[in-house]
Amino acid sequence: MNTSPLKKSLLAALLAGSFFTANAALKVGDTLPDLATYKLEGKLPESLKGKIVIVDFWASWCLPCAESFPVLDELQKKYGDKLVVIGVNVDEKASNMDKFLKKHPVSFTLVRDAGQKLVDTVSPETMPTSFILDGEGKVRFLHSGFHGEKTQKEYVSEIESLLK
Amino acid sequence: MILSMKTKSFFLFAAALLMIGTGCANVKPWQREHLADYTMQPDRDPLGIAQKEHIWFSREEASGGSGVGGGGCGCN
Repeated sequence: MNTSPLKKSLLAALLAGSFFTANAALKVGDTLPDLATYKLEGKLPESLKGKIVIVDFWASWCLPCAESFPVLDELQKKYGDKLVVIGVNVDEKASNMDKFLKKHPVSFTLVRDAGQKLVDTVSPETMPTSFILDGEGKVRFLHSGFHGEKTQKEYVSEIESLLK
Repeated sequence: MILSMKTKSFFLFAAALLMIGTGCANVKPWQREHLADYTMQPDRDPLGIAQKEHIWFSREEASGGSGVGGGGCGCN
């Protein structure tokens, strides 16, 4: 087919447009970006170096997130200083987060990604999504969604494997 | 500049493609707050749904097939 340069460039622009809309999601083996650079609302732990970290992305409108909260809280209490659980809220309104936390109080670290910049970078597949990081900040395990006891058992075995 | 019929149709096709392409919104998993809202649920009136299903069953001698799995926040 004989296509003019104008047509070729138009087609190229269309194709490029469709490719550049996709965001690369954080996956196992990647390093989580430095949370301190994302202007998250709330206080982050001073240092995460050498600790196992669970970064959990959640929202108040997500039912499995509510189911996952007692499990994550229990893990934080069980492993103490060896584990840091950070819940990253992605709600548009802080009031929705506050209402949720009144119903589901937890003791682990909570921050809010008000501008949805971090979640946009990490690009989780679903809500909730949790990343288990090793002492170097590298993603070692990834959980898309929360599936009750199954996920709970996986959390424990994965944390134990990182503690060895 | 006089454009040939073939070029004109190509530009029309490209314009249509652009309009269709930009008309679709990709709702990311963390942006489903409004979709997860109670008012977005099609089955929020249980009595009304039961009545409609009863009428449907009486007329068609068949039931079910009135909904799809999932929806809402699309979690998990």
